[in-house]
Amino acid sequence: MKEIVVIIGGGIAGLEAASKLLDLGYSPIIVEKSGRLGGHVARWNRLFPDMTPAADIVSELTERTKGANIFLNTEISFINRLRDSYNIKLSNGISINTSYILFTTGFSLFEAEKKEEYGYGVYDQVITNGDLEQWFNTGEDHRISGKEIGHIGFVHCVGSRDEKARNSQCSKVCCITAIKQAIELKEKFPDAEIWCFYMDLRLFGKKFEDFYTKAQRDYGIHFIRGRVSEVSENIEGKVIVKAEDTLAGKPIKITLDLLVLMSGMVCSQDSTKTAGMLSLPVDSDGFLKSSDNVMHITSSPKNGIFYAGACTGPKTVPETLAEARSAVLEIHSHISRK
Amino acid sequence: MMENIFGFSISPSSAINMDKVDRALFEELCRVEPDAVRCMACGSCSATCPAAAFSGMSIRKVLLCLQRGKEKEAFRMMSNCMLCGKCTMVCPRGINTRRLVLSISRIYGKEDTK
Amino acid sequence: MIYQGKQKIWSEYQKEIPDDKWFYVRSCIRQNFFPASEKMLMEICRNILKKDFYETEHHTTCGGIAYHCDTIPQETAMTIVARQFALMTEAGYENYVASCITSFGNYTEILQTWHEFPELEARIREMLWKACRKEFNKPKYLAHSSDLIYKFRNLIAEKAKFRLVNRETGEPLRVVEHIGCHYAKMFPSKGVGGAEYPYVLAGMVESWGGNVIDYPERRHCCGYGFRQYHIKANRGYSISNTHKKFESMEPYRPDMIITNCPGCPYFLDRWQYVIAEMEGKTYGAGGFGIPVFTYEEVAGLVLGYDPWDLGLQLHQVAVEPLLDKIGIPYRPEDKYKGLDRKDIMRPGLPENMKCF
Repeated sequence: MKEIVVIIGGGIAGLEAASKLLDLGYSPIIVEKSGRLGGHVARWNRLFPDMTPAADIVSELTERTKGANIFLNTEISFINRLRDSYNIKLSNGISINTSYILFTTGFSLFEAEKKEEYGYGVYDQVITNGDLEQWFNTGEDHRISGKEIGHIGFVHCVGSRDEKARNSQCSKVCCITAIKQAIELKEKFPDAEIWCFYMDLRLFGKKFEDFYTKAQRDYGIHFIRGRVSEVSENIEGKVIVKAEDTLAGKPIKITLDLLVLMSGMVCSQDSTKTAGMLSLPVDSDGFLKSSDNVMHITSSPKNGIFYAGACTGPKTVPETLAEARSAVLEIHSHISRK
Repeated sequence: MMENIFGFSISPSSAINMDKVDRALFEELCRVEPDAVRCMACGSCSATCPAAAFSGMSIRKVLLCLQRGKEKEAFRMMSNCMLCGKCTMVCPRGINTRRLVLSISRIYGKEDTK
Repeated sequence: MIYQGKQKIWSEYQKEIPDDKWFYVRSCIRQNFFPASEKMLMEICRNILKKDFYETEHHTTCGGIAYHCDTIPQETAMTIVARQFALMTEAGYENYVASCITSFGNYTEILQTWHEFPELEARIREMLWKACRKEFNKPKYLAHSSDLIYKFRNLIAEKAKFRLVNRETGEPLRVVEHIGCHYAKMFPSKGVGGAEYPYVLAGMVESWGGNVIDYPERRHCCGYGFRQYHIKANRGYSISNTHKKFESMEPYRPDMIITNCPGCPYFLDRWQYVIAEMEGKTYGAGGFGIPVFTYEEVAGLVLGYDPWDLGLQLHQVAVEPLLDKIGIPYRPEDKYKGLDRKDIMRPGLPENMKCF
């Protein structure tokens, strides 16, 4: 009988893992709480640094997982630990016995309204990175479409590197995402002036730095080193942003037509909840704790339980995919050793 | 202004108000010196500048001042430049700072900013 | 502006405000600046709402101004506060209500500090005992007096004779609300509505018929800032901050300002005269200023009390244009008559801001 692997989460990590498990002859089961596959990536429009359409990635991954058992709109009701395996009860009533569970539960976007001073949900022209991707996809957003957009701001680190928001970690992808989205908006509104407010620019990945210089030189995007302290609305409904230009050592103020908050990555509550059913440890950053952060990032401290992707911390798409493959290989070696 | 009998007065805001900065000259500068905006504020130029320690000259700050509408301050700093080219040698982004100084002088010098 | 967004935040910052049986402490300076405000508070609580509202002549300053001006150490301020709590305990009360925002901030800060550092509380208990042989219980509830008026705002609205509405046009008045910094900025959860979008005064304004204005510098300090004003060399900072606020609210053409702090109404009111003298600029219509009120004064006005009994003649900015707008009757000839119609003398009138 083919070995069953239960994958919790049908985002890109879950899909990639399922496709590789199928290649190796196993029988993966994907349990996805929402009604569709692809997770956050399916809601995104294009991906840095090559502007790859996100839909292409999701459809390719979905195509490759055709042979897997996929339960949509399904949650984990409970997990019982048996002697050498686990019994998983799903919300649709199905019960599965397996020796291997792969957590690909991903992350949640930080709820920007928690940063009350930025006025998301209070001031009309304040949106998030997620809202903007939605607009790239649908072209529908009354805050952008049909509006005169002359000045745009991006706020980096919204809910990241923020101990008061209980997220001290860097969300890693927001710097490059802000630059990507700034370039895309500049293409849509060529006359707009765009300002990125950052604390540090953390452009660690392949071609990220090139992307940054391109944004500066070819797109004329301005970068101000200073965290936005307060947002307000003027009588015309425009947003006024206050920050310190830390390079000039002076407070700076600017009136904008649109402000985009770069919501960071936080561990999803569902992820912690499911991990709680197995008493899996949570790390100091709120994400699931790997048994080791260098050698065994895809292993949990419990036998047969593995992790891949952003459930253990903020990751890029290629990192997530690579981790999914790595976790599959890890599971494969376990099974082979039996 | 009326006579102030109070012994104190309303100070103007020290904040940089980007709404009031006229960017026309800087854009003109960028057309001839497109690398002017590629500065990432590392500070190598100022650290190596022989004039910096005595005069406060910093090509990094000059670029920032120009973008924040502080042309006079930029010019005051730049008047100490000796065009030695050390900053050009160390700039990791390869910005031709020596030529940049000359271009700034030419473009902004047209205005009465000196 | 998305009103529902604010409502969502307000719903997250609601605090429990006791219904009755309050031990009340006054502000050091409010009776001089706005002489009828605290009287009005007592009047509303005792005579209109029929509440048990206790005060004692033995209470002192909370030490807040001295503490914030760096002239006394925090332990001293704490011992003063401990003595106030002892008076409350002796009188048999558990609900402590402060009339001053800085006091409220001071009490909140001290209670929180004792919570974090119980050994400090023990030391203060010892110091209080040594100093005056008193012992105390900590209050069960701590409120600012504006919390109480907020709680009973709808009752006041029911009994109101006037609403914050322009009589001619029927439009709600445009009201700027200004919250004292120490109300919620230090401890957002202790204020009604939190610190970014406080609801304590906005709730009163809405309940009494006005429209709240949210202008860009709404959260900014009134300019008082203790050391900014009390040290003369710093007064330029004080007025610069006030000036910044008025410049920011000007386009909204506010009809009035409502405040809940002893310092804010004073500085928002008096600095308008100084700005007019320095810059020749006034912010109200027709060369007048924008009238500034305490929340008790506004409550008194809507309840139909005589403006001169509310002490409005002590305001720098003329209140008459607003009284006319709402349709509140007043006798101009009585403006400068005090209790028992005694002549309290007329002040000199400023040159650049219209006053009566």
